Amino acid sequence: MIQLLAFYLFATLVIVSGLATILARNPVHSVLWLILAFFNAAGLMVLVGAEFIAMLLVIVYVGAVAVLFLFVVMMLDIDFATLRAGFVQNAPLGLLIALALVAELLIGTGAVKSGALVLGVADGHAGNAEGLSNTAAIGALLYTRYIFLFEASGVILLVSMIGAIVLTHRKRGDVRTQNISKQVARRPEDATVNLKPVSGQGVEL
Amino acid sequence: MNLLTSLGLVLSEEMLSGIGLLLLLVSAWGGDKAARTISFASILALAAAAVMAVPSLMLGRHGIEVSAFSGQFAQDGFASYAKLLIYLSAAVTLVVAPKFFEKAGTYRAEFPILVLFAALGMGIMVSATDMLTLYIGLEMNSLASYVLAAMLRTDERSAEAGLKYFVLGSLASGILLFGISLTYGFTGSTQFDAIHTALGHGMSTGALFGIVFVLAGLAFKISAVPFHMWTPDVYEGAPTPVTTFFATAPKAAALALTIRVALGAFGTQSDAWQQIVMFAAIASIVVGALGAIGQGNIKRLLAYSSINNVGFMLLGLATGTAQGGSAMLVYLAIYVITSLVSFVSVLMLTDAEGNQIEQIADLAGLSRVKPGLAAALAMAMFSLAGIPPLFGFWGKFVVFMAVVKAGYVPLAALGIAASVIGAFYYLKVVKVMFFDEPSGKIGGKCDLVYTALVAIGCVFLSPLGYLLTGPLGRLADTAIASLIH
Repeated sequence: MIQLLAFYLFATLVIVSGLATILARNPVHSVLWLILAFFNAAGLMVLVGAEFIAMLLVIVYVGAVAVLFLFVVMMLDIDFATLRAGFVQNAPLGLLIALALVAELLIGTGAVKSGALVLGVADGHAGNAEGLSNTAAIGALLYTRYIFLFEASGVILLVSMIGAIVLTHRKRGDVRTQNISKQVARRPEDATVNLKPVSGQGVEL
Repeated sequence: MNLLTSLGLVLSEEMLSGIGLLLLLVSAWGGDKAARTISFASILALAAAAVMAVPSLMLGRHGIEVSAFSGQFAQDGFASYAKLLIYLSAAVTLVVAPKFFEKAGTYRAEFPILVLFAALGMGIMVSATDMLTLYIGLEMNSLASYVLAAMLRTDERSAEAGLKYFVLGSLASGILLFGISLTYGFTGSTQFDAIHTALGHGMSTGALFGIVFVLAGLAFKISAVPFHMWTPDVYEGAPTPVTTFFATAPKAAALALTIRVALGAFGTQSDAWQQIVMFAAIASIVVGALGAIGQGNIKRLLAYSSINNVGFMLLGLATGTAQGGSAMLVYLAIYVITSLVSFVSVLMLTDAEGNQIEQIADLAGLSRVKPGLAAALAMAMFSLAGIPPLFGFWGKFVVFMAVVKAGYVPLAALGIAASVIGAFYYLKVVKVMFFDEPSGKIGGKCDLVYTALVAIGCVFLSPLGYLLTGPLGRLADTAIASLIH
């Protein structure tokens, strides 16, 4: 009963926040609605027992992708008024694409009746995951059978990191960076002078 | 197969990645000043990896004894053959790069490291016996390549090349992944052996789609028509040492991978892919030959020439026989050396201040200013065209032999006709260099290292190369035999 209630709660919220994403006038609000949609989709994943995917959804999509969107939307100076100005001109094209999508949806639903797809028989490498949680089962495979590929993926990420730095980092001559060792090495004797000015003559530095 | 045995089999990969990580630290502390040292160390690492590949090739190792990580990776004779070509190309790139980049600005310390990781990725690609290994090797190589293409950030063309390569490369990766997932869904496995067996029991439409998409993704990497559009732009825009690298190592890796996928994983359904490969082969030969005619930039011309050459190699694959595969490997080795010679020669084309010259019109009268360089470039052109006394002819000859023997005489006739068309633009370059009035643009001194590299390559391309036909053919046969056993 609680599951059913939770399902309807999450599903409704996904649809509502999805709608709000495309209807919101302010793009920042759109991204925030999108994040809410991701959270509720993660809730749906938990309900079907895929807790690992739910966590991925929260960490990857909410944590990285959506926040990135938010930064892009806030930092780029997009003039949304001009973007909307073309709406009427492009409306027929948009309508056509929408029709095509609806047709695909109908054909897709019709295809269900034509019977199941004949897939290959799985080779069984995935192993029996009885009694294990998804996360444990994936981990057990990833760190044993696929350890080489896992490590190689790490190298790929390293390469992309090097690439990003090579392509964006440049030395600028006009900035003053802090030299901590120089600061620490500075002695009081070098920085201060003891003077005994005679009254009425002022100080010469 | 326990973990230790597997780790022992991938020793050369472990060494390359370990040295890559170490050199990354050196570059972090040493900065761009350490670039030449890092380059030198990378060349040594590549040489060591090449030496480690030799025994496996000589003994033609295959099967369970070289299969690592439950059949995801094979250090067999075939992989070793391709690895030797890859490491050679990467090492030559690193030898010629410092001078070019120092002239253009600074030689970044990350350059040799990226080349090293790209070579590592290509090594993984050619050893892949599982779709997942294939994809990871391919991505490692591609990501490094995108950055290499855009290495000269201040140069607009280089940035454009990097961006184009990245966008189209990602699209190709997507197509490949789609194909892999379809193949997995309809055969039930990602391992080449298991796919081979599953397809032997018959093929569903879904699996056919999978084969087509996987081949389309690979065709992009080897720039076969109709997935060749990026090649001229990227080759022209990328810094010349990087173009040298692109024209050789990734081509060798992706072609070897295509052979392994086609003859290995999809070997039991060769009817399904032979037509596709035949079309791609003929189309590449024709487009490569016709497209090159109007080009004014020598790097673009060489890009079309590489499309054309890939077509000839695919002709060997289209036969679907072991002999065709072996002919392809022989052609591949000759092609890699010829490309290295032609691109290093292009690097030597400078004006009096040492700026690069890329326009063919500016090469006029090269034979009178720098006769040696003109002779080397002419030799490379004739060899690419496949004109008999030079070694390039031998590659075309073995491929056509294999095609005729497999009974595809019309295919061979089409290929020969198109290679005659192709000879036209190679001869045009030779004509400009030898018979036109000097343009007065060429000048400067030839670098000693470049000259030595070109000289060694020319000895290989000269008729003396024919002394190698026996050993080279035997090596290619051993390599193919280790793949199809």
